[in-house]
Amino acid sequence: MSSLLPRSNVALIVEDLSKTYNTTIAVRPLSFSLAVGSTTGLLGGNGAGKTTTIGMIMGLIEPTSGSIRVFGHDMVHDRHRVLGRMNFESPYVDMPHRLTVRQNLRVFAQLYGVTDSEGKIARLAQELALVEFLDRPSGSLSAGQKTRVALAKALINDPELLLLDEPTASLDPDTADWVRAYLETHRRDRNCTILLASHNMAEVERLCDRVIMLKQGSLVDDASPAELLARYGRSNLEDVFLDVARGRVNAKNRVDS
Amino acid sequence: MIDAAAISLGRIGAMVLRYTYLLRSSWPRILEMVYWPAVQMLTWGFLQTYLVQGRGAAPNSAAIAAGTLIGAVLLWDILLRGQQGFSFSFLEEMWSRNIANLLMSPLRPAEFVIALMVMSLVRLAVGVVPVTLMAIEFFGFNLWALGFAFAAFFVVLIVFAWSVGLLVSGVLLRYGLGAENLAWSLMFIIQPLGCIFYPVAALPGWLQPICWVLPPTYVFEGLRGVLIDHVLHTDLMLTGLAIDSLLFMGAAFAFAWLLASARRAGTLLQTGE
Repeated sequence: MSSLLPRSNVALIVEDLSKTYNTTIAVRPLSFSLAVGSTTGLLGGNGAGKTTTIGMIMGLIEPTSGSIRVFGHDMVHDRHRVLGRMNFESPYVDMPHRLTVRQNLRVFAQLYGVTDSEGKIARLAQELALVEFLDRPSGSLSAGQKTRVALAKALINDPELLLLDEPTASLDPDTADWVRAYLETHRRDRNCTILLASHNMAEVERLCDRVIMLKQGSLVDDASPAELLARYGRSNLEDVFLDVARGRVNAKNRVDS
Repeated sequence: MIDAAAISLGRIGAMVLRYTYLLRSSWPRILEMVYWPAVQMLTWGFLQTYLVQGRGAAPNSAAIAAGTLIGAVLLWDILLRGQQGFSFSFLEEMWSRNIANLLMSPLRPAEFVIALMVMSLVRLAVGVVPVTLMAIEFFGFNLWALGFAFAAFFVVLIVFAWSVGLLVSGVLLRYGLGAENLAWSLMFIIQPLGCIFYPVAALPGWLQPICWVLPPTYVFEGLRGVLIDHVLHTDLMLTGLAIDSLLFMGAAFAFAWLLASARRAGTLLQTGE
């Protein structure tokens, strides 16, 4: 896909990216690119390499081989030029519990060099319904409230590339639906590029215009949700996921076929 | 490791703000920062009083009367609390699983380290300064009256404290909270080897060269020189500072290497309790 896109329209280019821990291969050579303004789902079972891939894109994990370019900048050697244009949210990362929500957002606004940080925090608090607990310690919030705060942190710098690792994990259906609706609106309004790792097929189907499927560290398919459904002859992505995960693969035109 | 032109005071300020919020959020933490140095100072201060005034003067009573015990314990607290102020601020990020948020933000490792140094000074100001004032009130020992000598002692001690803090932080990044005890215990090796309460000559000959590799040894020998002989041995201070500089550079390289190693091992996303 990268070769088909003009460079100015590409937010992220991943080329031959791999990661090996001692003798364990976490990610086999992987290549893909993300168009500006797109939402791409990174799908795969536990141990498929989703979090490792996102960790490498964020610069937290050093690839064994290959390259990652975000808005033209190499993420291994030049990441500080582009980190201010990215952000991420993950349930596996937290924010200081003793600080209030407002204090945490203030610190991150200053780290990202946000001008008018108080105005930005007020706007995000309105949009993400944080106003009533803005001055409460972050550790005293419910899981749903914490997710909204983590999302506010991820959006504090108006990122052009947003990496989300299971953004609705452990949320009740109502809150999860609310978060998805917010992400849809945000992407549309800001032309933000989103890469989303998720186990929730309904979420991927709703949010993503493209799905990259990983299995045991390898890319096994890469297409739009509609194309995947047609390719596997299924009516929903959950069945496609199960086909791939359990090796019941008889799809036509798979990327590795 | 440090590209001075790329250092942002705003980002350093953000981290200092973060730790200041944390300190302000908990009065027991602030109390604890004063409590242990105060307990140490009182214990050693009363022991000093007993040794000088008790039945039969101690063999080195002149040195003790000059304040070598209480002076040493105050300087020891600067060393220990300086390192712990650095390391505990770093540990807060590990405990709250915030490291990944910071390392993928525009914050550079050098800015993070500078913020930790600033916080070690802030925590020292909160914890140790009141105790030095208590020492004047209780025992008539005025550390501040040492003037330039105190400034020299402080610089040598705090740079060494930062070196140890930097090394411990690197180990924590690479090996996670399993190495947490280092933050509490590593500096205590200086108690016997840094010759805090006794001169280097009191140790066996084979151990003395090891003591002279440690910058705090120069400070505590220097303190005894100032209090007993009323002479500041600048050669000791300069040597201590030179070794300090080498150790700090070594610790900075070790931190950078351990951070790179943590990126290779993928442990930065796995920090936490």
